[in-house]
Parts: sequence; structure tokens; C-alpha cells
Amino acid sequence: MKERLLGVALAAAAAGFLVLLLRAESEKSIAALIAVAVAAAVAAVRLRLTARFRPALAIVAVAAVSLALHEDDFSLLLLARALIVVLACLGLNIQFGYAGVVNFAGATFFGVGGYTAAVLARGTGIPHLLVLFLGGAAAAIAGTILVVPVLRTRGHYAALVTIAFALLFRTFFEVNDSLGGPQGLKLPEMRIGPLHFNDPIELGSFFGSFYLKYIALSLLFAALGFALVLRLERSFIGVALDCIRLDETAAASFGIDIARGKITAFTLGNFLTGVAGALSAFMVGFIAPNNYSFGESLILVSILLLGGVGSPWGLPLASAIVLLLPEKLQVIQEYRFLLFAVMVILILLFRPSGLVPRPLRKLA
Amino acid sequence: MTALLDCRGLSRAFGGLLALDGLDLAVAEGGILGLIGPNGSGKTTFFNVLTGLFPATRGEVRFAGEPITDLRPQAVYRAGIARTFQRSRLCLPLSIFDNLLIGNHKRLDHGLWSNLIDRRALRRSVEQGLAEARELVRIFDPPLADRMLEPASRIPMIDRRRIEVCRALISRPRLLLLDEPSAGMTHDETTRLMDDILQVKSKLGGLTIILIEHEMSVIERVTDRCVVLNYGRKIAEGTYAEVARDPSVRQAYLGLE
Repeated sequence: MKERLLGVALAAAAAGFLVLLLRAESEKSIAALIAVAVAAAVAAVRLRLTARFRPALAIVAVAAVSLALHEDDFSLLLLARALIVVLACLGLNIQFGYAGVVNFAGATFFGVGGYTAAVLARGTGIPHLLVLFLGGAAAAIAGTILVVPVLRTRGHYAALVTIAFALLFRTFFEVNDSLGGPQGLKLPEMRIGPLHFNDPIELGSFFGSFYLKYIALSLLFAALGFALVLRLERSFIGVALDCIRLDETAAASFGIDIARGKITAFTLGNFLTGVAGALSAFMVGFIAPNNYSFGESLILVSILLLGGVGSPWGLPLASAIVLLLPEKLQVIQEYRFLLFAVMVILILLFRPSGLVPRPLRKLA
Repeated sequence: MTALLDCRGLSRAFGGLLALDGLDLAVAEGGILGLIGPNGSGKTTFFNVLTGLFPATRGEVRFAGEPITDLRPQAVYRAGIARTFQRSRLCLPLSIFDNLLIGNHKRLDHGLWSNLIDRRALRRSVEQGLAEARELVRIFDPPLADRMLEPASRIPMIDRRRIEVCRALISRPRLLLLDEPSAGMTHDETTRLMDDILQVKSKLGGLTIILIEHEMSVIERVTDRCVVLNYGRKIAEGTYAEVARDPSVRQAYLGLE
């Protein structure tokens, strides 16, 4: 209870600070406010508040950055993309990190979510917020095609099965004319209630890019995804999934239903990836088979490896590195796959548990 | 007393090799049965067939009167049979407490709602589970009971053995299968571990144990009956003193003179 009150107080203080910062006009007051922020950050680290209130701090940080850049469309697009990719990788994290189910078709499930969103938003009047969840559901259902081979194979074979599935699905998108074929599909503007997502924001004297709305929505979904994944990890299901990954014989000998655990993890993971795909499709406004290639799946996996398999808090850092770095350093754009490959190999060699290794579970 | 576990003609073939060959074996409720025999005589195979890891080729197993021959390992565990493994099978990256939760799987709620949405019951269950786990581990080693939230990889071999036994005991099985608990331990450590197991047994009342062991002094001290296997067949049965005198047992261990 005390913890919660403290958390609420901190969040309120941070929000108040942001309002002050946005209202501040003179350079002097801005400099003073920044000094206050730095002092507060140092104090928070000293008092070990950063570990306890990591979720609140992460949300405040994203909000602060996006408000600071509120008219810079391109940077905001990158930020929103990073958040969406974090959500997609949270799904992979449940599969790889907890149940040990390999999935090299992440971009495919992302694509199933995107195509579902496109078809539903074009052809039906289903509210768009619901469409996002239906995109996740469609990805989860598409995953059931893979359930039998995923349960029957392990290691390299399981990886090959998911790769074959990814190639198959991409061809399916390409040859299917009702899905736009290789040219893909355009999506209508996203609307939730009275909110039109593609209109810029005008609030009194405040003008902001329309991407701010997508950031808010992606942040909300990423936060929900985090809550789900963190709760899953700190639960009896999480313990059972870890046992399935580490030792199937021991798991079976202690009553753990291996098939049920793997199916739960696979389906839940694909659902998150699918929701992320639907959100991404709305934001970009256009989807085509090329966006969901095997290479994109590899990028998702490399983000997971870089951050630390099984460690959700590594994902924001890793997706920032993998997504933002090539955009900011145009020179490496052409060599980015080479660069990622080198990065992943170095990580696997020297820091196999990732940049932010998974901490020991603290259930009690 | 009626037999808690009753195996009739239990066989298991691997290709042309009969690892278990028509084994008849019964254990009375509350008894401690020693299972001995040379390497490769089928002792561990018997445990694996009993717990459903390998299906039986022929024969029947009844546990507490119910047939369990064709059950999957999960169902055998739920019926009340828990085991340890010859080579430690703890989940080393997980905490000691997590490992004990795995052993207690059948008594925990694994529903999605209670684990992900309304977690009040989960929290209570965790607290209760931790207290229970500490109480059990304290019998084996009091200092270890205060290290429940440390990774299992950080504790020495003897403690890992203890935790493995605790993992099997925490679900309160009716039948405990111990596969060479002394492997990799000194004589004194083995003696202590067996004493602790006997202490738990007397606390739990009806616990029945089958013990695979090469250390004959342990077998002599703790078992009330022994079964000797050789090439998958039972070659002798009786108290330790009886089987130790049996010429076919001496022949199996020492060869023909």
C-alpha cells in the first residue's frame, strides 16, 4: 500500500513537472527545471527508487521524450515503431524465454495481425480498438497450424519448421489477390471514438504531430504487454514454463503438462505479436508482403537476443539500438544486417544472457 | 497389510534387449524396499517404467489397488508417486523455492485467471508454499531453509541432493522412489541424508519408499526388504541378511568361482 502511494505521488510529481516544462518559456526557467530533473534522477538512483518504480519511470521517460519532440514527425514515428516492436518481442520472449519454444516466424505473425487489421478496417465497421485485438486473435489462431510440429520437434528442427511456415505465409500473402498481392493493401485512418488518429493535435496553443496519438496507444499496449509478461513470469505458470524449457523429463515427472504449457506460451506470444502487427499496420497506413519477410523475423529475434532472452526489460534498450541506430547513422544503413549479425554473434560469445540479463525470479 | 504397489510380470524391451523381464514386485504400505543389483540390471529402468517415462512392454502395475501401467508420467505423479533422479535434475538457474514449487505442482492452481488477473489467491498460496518449503528443508538442513530464494546453481552437491529429495517429498506422495541418493556423496553425508529421510517418513506417517542404492551399509540399515535384480530379472527377495547370504546374489555380484 505504502509502495503504491509512493508510486502515485512520484507519477503525479513527474506529470506536474512535465506540465511546468511545457509551459516554461524563458530559457532560465527551462534550465532550472532541467537541473531539478537531473537532481531528482540522481536522488532516485541513490534511493534505489529506479528499480522499484521502473514501469512508472519508463512511461514518464517515453512521455517526456515524445512531448519534447512533439513536432518532429520522423523521430516520433521511430519512437512509436520501437514501442510496437517491443510489444512484438514481448510475445517472442514468452515463447523463447520462458517455454523455450523457438519461433523464427515472428514477422509472419506480425503480418497476420496487420493483414487482419487491413481486411477488417476496409471491409467492416468493427471498431478499430477491437480490430487490434482481433489482429492478435488471428495471429494466435494462425499459430495453431504450427502447434503439432512445434510440439513434436525441438531445437534446429523446430526452427526449420517455423522458417518454412514464414516463407509459406509470405507466398500466401503475395499470390492472394484479395489481399492485394505483392502491391499490398492500404488501410483507412484509425479512429477510436471521436479520435481521428491522422489529424494533428491542436490544444489551445499546443500543436503536436499526429504520431503522438500513435505513441500514446503503442505505449498503452506495450505497458499492458509488459504487465502481462511480468505477471506471467511471476506466477506458477511461469515456474512451470521454465521447468519445461530447462528439463522436460523433470517437468513430466512432476505433473507439468508440457503440451499445454508450450501451447499456452506459443498462443499468448503470437497474440501479442499480432496485436503489435495490427497497430503497426494502422500507423503506417499500408501493408505489403515485403514488410513481413524472413529478414524482419530475424531482426525481432536479434532484438530478443541482444536484450537478453527471458528478460523483458532488455527489449526497450535492444529495440532502441537495432531500430534507431541505423536511422541516425545513415552510413550503416546498407550494412545493417551485417552489423546486426556481428552484434548478435558478439553478444552470444561474450554476454550470452544479453545486455540486461534476466534476474532471478522473486515470487515471494 | 495389503500391498501399496504391486507389479506383475513387468517387462520392458529396448529392441532385442529385455531391460526388465517379467518382474514381480510388491511393497507394503509404510515399508522401505531396497532395490539392488549390478550395473545395468534394470533398477533405474524399473523406476522409469513405473513412473511412465517408458511404457511397459508387458505386465501390469497396480498402485493402491488402481492400475497405473499405461499412465503418463504426469498422471503417475498425481496418483501419489514422486521420485528423485540418479543424476541431479534440478533446474539450476531457478531458485531453490522455484524448484520446490515444481515438485508441488499438483497442489498449485495453474489457471490463467488466478495467475494473471486476480492474483490474491496466488500471493497467499506463494506465502503458504514458502513456509511449507522452509519447514521441510529445515528438517534436512536448517541453514539451507534460509536460502530459499537463492539460485539452485549456487549450492553445493549435497544440498542439491537434499533439495531434490525435498522436491519429491513436498507434494506429500504416498510412494517415494529414491534413485541412488548417495551418488557423489561421502559416507557420512549419505548417512545423514538417509536419517533425515527416515525422520520425514516418521512425521508423514504412511510414506512408502523404494530405494536404489549401491552402498550396502545403507541398504542394511534402512530397508526392511530387498529385491535383487540381475539382467532385468528378480533373482532374490527377502531381508538384507537373507539376500546377502543367497548364493545367486553372490554369483551375480562376484561372478562364478
